[in-house]
Amino acid sequence: MKRWLASIFLLCSLLHIPSLVYAEEIIMTRSVLAFPEAMLALQESITAHGYTVSRVQRIDVGLTGMGYKTDKYRVVFAGKIEEIRELTDKAPALTAYLPPKISIFAEGEQTVLVTINPQVYAEIAGDAIDPIIFTHWESDLRSIFHDVNVAR
Amino acid sequence: MRMLFGVFLLTISSLALSAPQGDALYASHCAACHGDTGAGGVGVPLSLPSFLNSVDDDFLRKTIRYGRPGRVMPAFRALSNAQVNAIVRHIRGWSGKPVPDFSGKPVRGDAEHGKQLFASHCVACHGANGEGGKGTGVTFSRKRDLPIIAPALNNAGFLAAASDGMIRHTLQFGRENTPMRSFLEQGLSEQDINDLVSYVRSFGSGVAPPGKQTATVTETTITAESSYSLEETIENLEGAIVSQNFILIRTGTLEHGLTTEGEEDSKEVILHFCNFSFLYEALKVDPRVGMFLPCRVTVTERDGKVMVTTINPLYLSRLFNNSELDEFCKRMHGVYSAILEDATL
Ligand code: HEC
Ligand code: HEC
Repeated sequence: MKRWLASIFLLCSLLHIPSLVYAEEIIMTRSVLAFPEAMLALQESITAHGYTVSRVQRIDVGLTGMGYKTDKYRVVFAGKIEEIRELTDKAPALTAYLPPKISIFAEGEQTVLVTINPQVYAEIAGDAIDPIIFTHWESDLRSIFHDVNVAR
Repeated sequence: MRMLFGVFLLTISSLALSAPQGDALYASHCAACHGDTGAGGVGVPLSLPSFLNSVDDDFLRKTIRYGRPGRVMPAFRALSNAQVNAIVRHIRGWSGKPVPDFSGKPVRGDAEHGKQLFASHCVACHGANGEGGKGTGVTFSRKRDLPIIAPALNNAGFLAAASDGMIRHTLQFGRENTPMRSFLEQGLSEQDINDLVSYVRSFGSGVAPPGKQTATVTETTITAESSYSLEETIENLEGAIVSQNFILIRTGTLEHGLTTEGEEDSKEVILHFCNFSFLYEALKVDPRVGMFLPCRVTVTERDGKVMVTTINPLYLSRLFNNSELDEFCKRMHGVYSAILEDATL
């Protein structure tokens, strides 16, 4: 009886899954944290997921340096060396797009994060690459965005 | 008995299935742009009583379904009706006021006269052809002319969602706490307002219906083979970048920062560059433009062959549903092509 119940619940939860996955090409999230704290949460979560932050481009610093007024705006690059190396070797088109990046910018007292759904890279890579890797990236990315979204 | 219990359970759980959580759905699909409490951001505010008093649920549902083609607001086609309704209920929860009921009757007015009124009263904010203000929503951080950018009115998504009654109500009463004022208070008559509604409605004849995708770009990169060595090509690129009025930020390996120094593949080199006035303009039309930043060219040498590659900005641009951004991407496509040609031929 118990097992039977469990399988019904399993079935129901499975049925529920399709409503949670939504095929967006741009993935965004909002953090109620101010920029510095959200940036910290982002970098911590990226590292916790096993990726290396390779560089942070300070777009705002460049802009203000040139006399433009702007709020905090950074682009964070991250990846795993073995994966990036394999992908750029097998699919040269990806050399233009990798390593993946996340834009993070202040919006008043809060912070917004934007990235391209890694599934888009699957289209760019074509048949040369098993798309499963981009599915992993997407799930890691959503998990990272979730971390930043709930960080307090 | 067991059987009955099972059926009962199934019914309960399917009820749970058909009652999706509006707050969670809003948080994951809408909050990034409209704010977690609907105060606005990349998108316009949704929680203002003056907005919620001037739209019915049908307008909200259709706006979610159709989006606003070319104006950032995505079309949420994959959501179920139950999910869309749950989101609408969540949004309604912010006002607590009764939902307005607009008579389904079309408004009759003189579109020609409406056109004249539009030219004198509306174009400053909504654009000469109702294409909307530069940029969208509230765009907190950057310079803008208005606290809220005026939405596009010649937009298939807007026109499909809005009833005549809703447009008329918006013109009669305006939207308090936004730049959109009441035009009755501004001295227009009820007839003038009907004429304006007819004119706004007439935009519908010139735009593609929502959901019709325009031609897709399939070239994912711009690529050229260089007739020079890796080092020479990099030198050429640096010159070409500067001659296109861009500032060179950095030249380094693609793997820089991903592995220890010395372990990087020295045959994969990235040149980063920027033009800050161009970037500043682009950020005003779409704060998500960071996904194109900084501008870059990648040079690789494999088996003695030197290849130069950039993203195709036109390919990337279509993901953003922003026709103003498309214009910047066309210009950027021209710049990338010119740099590649300069450096490799
Ligand atoms: C000072 C700038 C300004 C002027 C002038 C102006 N509007 Fe607006 N309008 C706005 C803004 C901003 C909004 C969005 C308000 C909001 O966030 O709810 C808006 C909203 C609207 C909407 C609702 C659009 C939607 O997506 O829900 C309609 C319809 C509209 N305006 C029509 C007009 C017409 C017709 C005129 C001229 C008679 C006009 N407006 C003049 C700024 C303006
Ligand atoms: C990528 C950013 C983005 C996302 C995500 C987004 N919107 Fe929007 N939305 C916008 C923008 C921008 C506009 C205004 C379009 C314009 O200026 O022409 C808008 C307009 C609207 C309007 C019309 C407002 C008015 O004044 O008539 C509604 C309603 C709306 N969005 C609801 C939603 C809901 C509900 C969701 C989630 C299911 C959502 N949006 C997700 C950016 C977004």
